[in-house]
Amino acid sequence: MNAAPTAVYSPRSLATALAVLADRAPVTVLAGGTDLMVELRTGRTQVASVLDLWGVEELRFVRAEAGGVRIGALTTITELRRQPSLGAWPLLAACAADFAAEQIRNRATVGGSLGTASPAADLGPVLWALDAVVRLRSRDGVRDLPIPAFLLGYRRTARRADELIESVWLPGRLPTERGAFVKVGTRDAQSIAKVVVALVASRDAGSGQVTAVRAAAGSVAERTVELASLQELVGRRPDAAALLAVSRVAASRDCAPIDDVRSSAVYRRHALQRVVCDMLTSTLEVPLEDG
Amino acid sequence: MAFVGAFTRRPDADAKVRGAARYVADLDVPDAWLGGTVRADVARGRLVRIDRDPGFDFTRVVVVTAADIPGRNVVALITDDQPLLAQDAIEHHGEPIALVAAPDRATLLAALAALRPVIAARTPCFDMEASAVVWKRIAIDRGDVDAVWAKAHRVVEGTFHTGSQEQMYIEPQGCVAWPPDRHGVVVVRGSLQCPYYVQKALMAALDLPAERARVVACTVGGGFGGKEDYPSVIACHAALLARAAGRPVKLLFDRHEDLAVTPKRHPCRVWHRTAVAADGTLLAMDIDVRMDGGAYTTLSPVVLSRGVLHATGPYRCANVRVRGAVVATNHVPYGAFRGFGAPQTCFAVERQMDRIATELGMHPVALRRHNALAPGDRTATGQLLDDSVAAHAVLDAVVAETGCARMPWRTQKRGRRRRGFGVSLFWHGAGFTGSGETKLKSRVAAAVLADGRVEVAAAATEIGQGTEAMLRAIAADSLGCGAADVALTEPDTGRAPDSGPTVASRTCMIVGGLVAQACRQLRDRVGGDEARPFRDRAAAFVRDGGDGRVEVEYHAPPGIVWDEANYRGDAYPVYGYGADVVEVEVDVATFAVKVLRFCTAIDVGRAIQPGLVRGQIEGGSLQALGFGHLEVVTTQAGRLRQDRMATCIIPTAVDAPPMRVLLVERPFQHGPFGAKGVGEMPADGGAPALAAAIEDAIGIAVDAVPATPERLLAAWLQTHPEEAL
Repeated sequence: MNAAPTAVYSPRSLATALAVLADRAPVTVLAGGTDLMVELRTGRTQVASVLDLWGVEELRFVRAEAGGVRIGALTTITELRRQPSLGAWPLLAACAADFAAEQIRNRATVGGSLGTASPAADLGPVLWALDAVVRLRSRDGVRDLPIPAFLLGYRRTARRADELIESVWLPGRLPTERGAFVKVGTRDAQSIAKVVVALVASRDAGSGQVTAVRAAAGSVAERTVELASLQELVGRRPDAAALLAVSRVAASRDCAPIDDVRSSAVYRRHALQRVVCDMLTSTLEVPLEDG
Repeated sequence: MAFVGAFTRRPDADAKVRGAARYVADLDVPDAWLGGTVRADVARGRLVRIDRDPGFDFTRVVVVTAADIPGRNVVALITDDQPLLAQDAIEHHGEPIALVAAPDRATLLAALAALRPVIAARTPCFDMEASAVVWKRIAIDRGDVDAVWAKAHRVVEGTFHTGSQEQMYIEPQGCVAWPPDRHGVVVVRGSLQCPYYVQKALMAALDLPAERARVVACTVGGGFGGKEDYPSVIACHAALLARAAGRPVKLLFDRHEDLAVTPKRHPCRVWHRTAVAADGTLLAMDIDVRMDGGAYTTLSPVVLSRGVLHATGPYRCANVRVRGAVVATNHVPYGAFRGFGAPQTCFAVERQMDRIATELGMHPVALRRHNALAPGDRTATGQLLDDSVAAHAVLDAVVAETGCARMPWRTQKRGRRRRGFGVSLFWHGAGFTGSGETKLKSRVAAAVLADGRVEVAAAATEIGQGTEAMLRAIAADSLGCGAADVALTEPDTGRAPDSGPTVASRTCMIVGGLVAQACRQLRDRVGGDEARPFRDRAAAFVRDGGDGRVEVEYHAPPGIVWDEANYRGDAYPVYGYGADVVEVEVDVATFAVKVLRFCTAIDVGRAIQPGLVRGQIEGGSLQALGFGHLEVVTTQAGRLRQDRMATCIIPTAVDAPPMRVLLVERPFQHGPFGAKGVGEMPADGGAPALAAAIEDAIGIAVDAVPATPERLLAAWLQTHPEEAL
């Protein structure tokens, strides 16, 4: 249990929100509240005052921009699933379909998920694999940070106290590319990931060589991590044995899982390896070995 | 019979579906203050003193400590060893130390933070195998097991573990108490299963006679046993605060507090050694049961009792030795949860049966069929089973439905997703164990109202399971009137006689039996031409000065004899029987277990309200499957690790498999319309059948539940070391 915050600011415009951030520090930003409300209730998080962005309509948009798409920070998970203009990024809908429950999806937002920076976030690996760029805005201007430069550690980001996450931009995708999203949860619905992986990969139709692969995983380190070892596959024509080998390297080197209330380090590594191997096999269309 | 066996609308459904039902937190109590509890933050220690932050103005609130209790500082239940508020010894994390009432939440929280117990920590014990303090031991002996081992074809041994489990009723616990009125009567309303248990506790704590301690059960959002004993603690705390504050006090737990301190299923270890003949006949069963009771006795002795009495499973065996102990640790006390000790021992004996089948190369169905109890057999306590014995009937029913008797057992499977099946056979004693019902002397009243309707007065609580609909159907058919002509009183100790607690699968058989008896007497008394509506005849009867009130008391059926000292005789008036078949697919990449199909046959004697009985079976079965593979409840330094619904996992509707429920009805001559019990039995069979199915699918022994993916992987890596990373 915990005492209520002393002030709650509910601005209707981005300019007012930025002014509150600049002038009323320290202020905790609330963008949906599916994480913060629970944390407040348990008493683990103490806040002096809250900036509730829910009424800032300027942050609620999805629009084509610079060969890609820009997604406003207040876009809900439900909208990720339903927006026709996001059809070229099917991983978003795949992630949203497995995300918590209907009520949570209606409140949880892209900006809220990024700002919370939970290592178990479902969206983190997806945005990483899709090369997302986070736009931060303060009264002084904007900064654009790629996801790896934005997610710094356990619930820690590069956002300054006077900045808001305004939006994320996703580059357009190549038609040859295939993606996959797999979440291993504690049950079939309403669960938090024990391991979550997003992967995009493409290969040259003529030569069969892997032209690109990008994968990131959640719940296997103190923050979302890239499975960088998979870069070894680029330029190669891997067979099933190669995929098995590279997935074992990734599960050994690219993550640092822990034992916690949801799972064990051993399990996370094992599941990550099996899931990644499976995702590579399906996205790269590598025939399974006999037996 | 118009209502028994038919589908009728639940009287409580409309208000619950519309959101109009009033749970304890919904009660609008003018001038009520909010209560809260100061708790120990260590698992064991000595309370030195309670410091007060001088910066907080304590005149704004009311504080209650052990020194302020007018009666005895105990939670009166079985053994009076648990204090209402710690005085000296601290025995578990979260133990209540002081109480606060305040006019609003912010003041309450500030006051709770300003009270700082100083505790000298002591070394706690969390290992039940190492505990030297025993709350209860039980021994059952039949024949001579030691004379058998040398003669047996095989002797099979196994050790099995079951974890704790959280009831996760939808409504957290809570009570509202009023200060003594001008007649000195203290009233408590709350979310509770057993109004008279709470009354007994209030009488001890506040030093009140029965007529001055009135307890009313509100609409209850689920219990599953979790609201059997613990509401006594909350009710006494609220009443102490109300008395001190001179105004009503609401003491309502949020989910976190409820998870942290309310009782859960006893963790259990069961060892089996079984002598079998070459044809699979069980020659001797040697069983040792050990349960973790936690920091105080609470209900542990009776949980252990039901556990050991079900430890042999529904099987015939001439030589049996069962030793049971429930021991003290510094865990939060464990308590009642649907099944009450039986799911633990049922898991063990069913896994042992599978182990025997594997050793003998027998099919698990054949082994069970060969040994299943039949009319004329005796149980381990020597009870002769001569009425309503359905072990074979339920097994035959699931075999016919699923074809599982022809499914190959423990064959090598290949591929990433591997399928397997498991079967379990189980039983569950209906009503209180041993002489419990005889001692309890439950009472029920039925009275004709002026308009000819009949009011049935019982303390049985509707906790979601359908008690009201069930009792109303029994009353209506016993009276020969319409269901709408039957009114049920609130479970209120001020108005309803003590029909006992709403536990132990007893409400239908025992309370329902008393309702039927009272209503039949009333029908005879009213008399008249039965061609005329009962309501008209009854109204005329009381108008003419007839005595329209009947009160009846429970007497055990003739011939039921129980020897408590030696654990011999008729442990239960009768048993229900069940069989489950679970089919699973296990993904050997993630060790996720998907239950593809679930089939259960349950013998309830007679289904008074078949729709509700099916609901009970489906819900209980899903809880049992959760117990088998999903629900992890563990502690760290005595503190619950799964402290919120996001981590305390139970199955969702999406996790529920397709369920086939087969009702088997073998009427019991002493049950109302032949009915036995249903509430707990579905909790018994799901976990062992699921464990067997996983074992069949991937070939690793599943001797412990929950069989989580993490546990399955660890076992898998023992036999597949090349896959380790």
